[in-house]
Amino acid sequence: MDTALKPPVIARRPPVRSVGALAWLRASLFADWKSTLATLCVAALIVRWLPDFFNWAVVRSVTQPDNAACRALDHAGACWGVIAEKYRLILFGRYPFDEQWRPLLATLLMVGMLVASCTRVLWSRWLAVVWIGVLAAFFVLMRGGVAGLTPVETARWGGVPLTMLLSTLSIAAGFPIAVLVALGRRSHLPAIRTLCIVYVEMIRGVPLISVLFMASFMFPLFMPPGITVDVLVRVLVGITLFSAAYLAEVVRGGLQAIPKGQHEAAAAMGLSYWQTQRKIILPQALRMVVPSIVNSFISTFKDTSLVTIVSLYDLTGSLALALGGDANWRQFYLEGYLFIAAIYWGFCFAMSRYSQWVERHLNVGHAH
Amino acid sequence: MAVIATVIWFLAHNTVENMRVRGIQSGFGFFLQPAGFDIGESIFAFDSADPYWKAFLVGLSNTLRAAVVGIVFTTILGTLIGIGRLSRNFLVRGLCTGYVELFRNIPVLLQLLMWYFILNEWLPPVSEALNPFPGIFLSKSGMSFPVPEWEQGHLVTVIGLALGIAGAWVYRRWARATFERTGVARAMFWPSLVIVIICTLLGWVAGGSPTALELPVRNDLNIAGGGAVTPEFLAVTIGLTIYTASFVAEIVRSGIQSVPWGQTEAAGALGLSRGQSLKLVLLPQALRVIIPPLTNQYLNLTKNSSLAVAVGYPDLVSISNTTLNQTGRAVECITVLMAVYLTLSLITAALMNWYNARSAIRER
Repeated sequence: MDTALKPPVIARRPPVRSVGALAWLRASLFADWKSTLATLCVAALIVRWLPDFFNWAVVRSVTQPDNAACRALDHAGACWGVIAEKYRLILFGRYPFDEQWRPLLATLLMVGMLVASCTRVLWSRWLAVVWIGVLAAFFVLMRGGVAGLTPVETARWGGVPLTMLLSTLSIAAGFPIAVLVALGRRSHLPAIRTLCIVYVEMIRGVPLISVLFMASFMFPLFMPPGITVDVLVRVLVGITLFSAAYLAEVVRGGLQAIPKGQHEAAAAMGLSYWQTQRKIILPQALRMVVPSIVNSFISTFKDTSLVTIVSLYDLTGSLALALGGDANWRQFYLEGYLFIAAIYWGFCFAMSRYSQWVERHLNVGHAH
Repeated sequence: MAVIATVIWFLAHNTVENMRVRGIQSGFGFFLQPAGFDIGESIFAFDSADPYWKAFLVGLSNTLRAAVVGIVFTTILGTLIGIGRLSRNFLVRGLCTGYVELFRNIPVLLQLLMWYFILNEWLPPVSEALNPFPGIFLSKSGMSFPVPEWEQGHLVTVIGLALGIAGAWVYRRWARATFERTGVARAMFWPSLVIVIICTLLGWVAGGSPTALELPVRNDLNIAGGGAVTPEFLAVTIGLTIYTASFVAEIVRSGIQSVPWGQTEAAGALGLSRGQSLKLVLLPQALRVIIPPLTNQYLNLTKNSSLAVAVGYPDLVSISNTTLNQTGRAVECITVLMAVYLTLSLITAALMNWYNARSAIRER
């Protein structure tokens, strides 16, 4: 009988933990030498710059509208006082000071309407009707002249309401044009197709600023003699035609994604061209491109800052208006830029998150 | 059709009528007249006695200069950040995601203005210029940097480089022909690189190995010598680069993610090394997704360089704006402006279509 003992099993080390905080740290920060090096570099950057930035933005900053204190800082700390001093001018431009509750209310209406349009349960025909109502209310509030409101000419509109107006209206007015142009680009009639292609490619090939120059310098020449069009309207037409070309490409992308069978089935049922487009093709195509439409809205929203160059006082322009003419505060432009950058950023970030959300949720029904 | 024709006729008729009433002359003849204004920076000599067409040429060259520099840097920065967004390292990923979300959601015009203000207000005057690295000066009046002094030797170096490229091309042809004939695969990339470098080095040595650099020197009043760029140019290129890089990063990321993981596994199963699978399997597929939107971003950057007018960089838009204000020829100036940008776009689109046709998946 073999009584020899078997050699003892050598104890092995326990496996590396793969769950828990420590394991997470190892996997995500110190996985190998490259990762460790990257971690150390980023950490060094943070340690080097973050305290300085925090000191500048918070610790040494001046929040009171106190010009002497701000100047004494000599840029060692942020002068947020410039915002406290000028925020009404930055937000509402040259709109009469005592009447500024009107642009405020109009902006809130518009923002509320945008939020409502993003809510899926409210998507119906009524939304379009309410939109027209809200836009009318916006104009009445801004323009005045009725219901005891003092009239305010468009030259004095500015700031956030103008930015909102330009971006919303140009997308809203550009959308029907875009749908027609997108359909036209797929038309069987060569003349219409060529016209639509030329329009889209021409607009997409030139920068917005040249379109705006055209709107402000050449547009007056197009009008019958004796008729002058408000510069705001001209710029609005320019931005609308510009964003319509980009929207048309977005819509065309949706149209191309619809299988040919849908057209054939509609034709087999005896639907006419317009019936097919309206009842079969467009509802499916537009649903598919909602995220891209939101993205177009974001770029139009950012692009409205360009109207500053043709002397309209949108958010960017009204900042220049507020600080450029005031020698006491002119050196604190950076704080002003950061303030309006935060406003732009807030809007755009919220919309881009919304667009991602729609993309996830609208695709649920499409997952084959 | 009739409606559209009527509208176009109506607009054209109004325009002609208006120009007659206001006494505006038309025609492109004024392009031959002297411009009468100076241009702050230009790669070739220009003074106010030169004609308008030459001013437009200066504007175009400035636009292209900003665009080319911006495109080079935005590609590098965007690619790094796009890859960084896929990193397993939490800090790197977070930093890159933060970068993208921060910069793509702020209007590019605002970013340009901000950079210009920072350069102008926060940098010291030229007499106290910052000197972060030897030979580089940074101040309110721009950046000065060393440039190699031109000697005969550099010409020989360039000839060497050209010979090297030709040699590498010959080598690659030979390697490919050998592969087709015998099936023996030879390395392509490293040998070609070595050939190019060796030929360039030989040319440099043969040319007497010129090493002289023209260094900028600080005087009491200004910084002389070396290469220099204006703060306007710096603001435009920095702003455009940082803004566009956030879009390029997203394109690179989605391009890399668009290649299914199964491709990596299949390449491994075929016995390809990591480098081979990257070069032969993954990159060609990712690039097919990346290149078209990337070109679009290059075009966007070029079009956005038109915003340089807001910081006073004398680009094409700025020149045509000045000309417009001086001569009142709105129609002609804007037509030229649009035609130039349109030509740039169409050239890019044509190149793009050619590339797409070449790299499209061949289906049966």
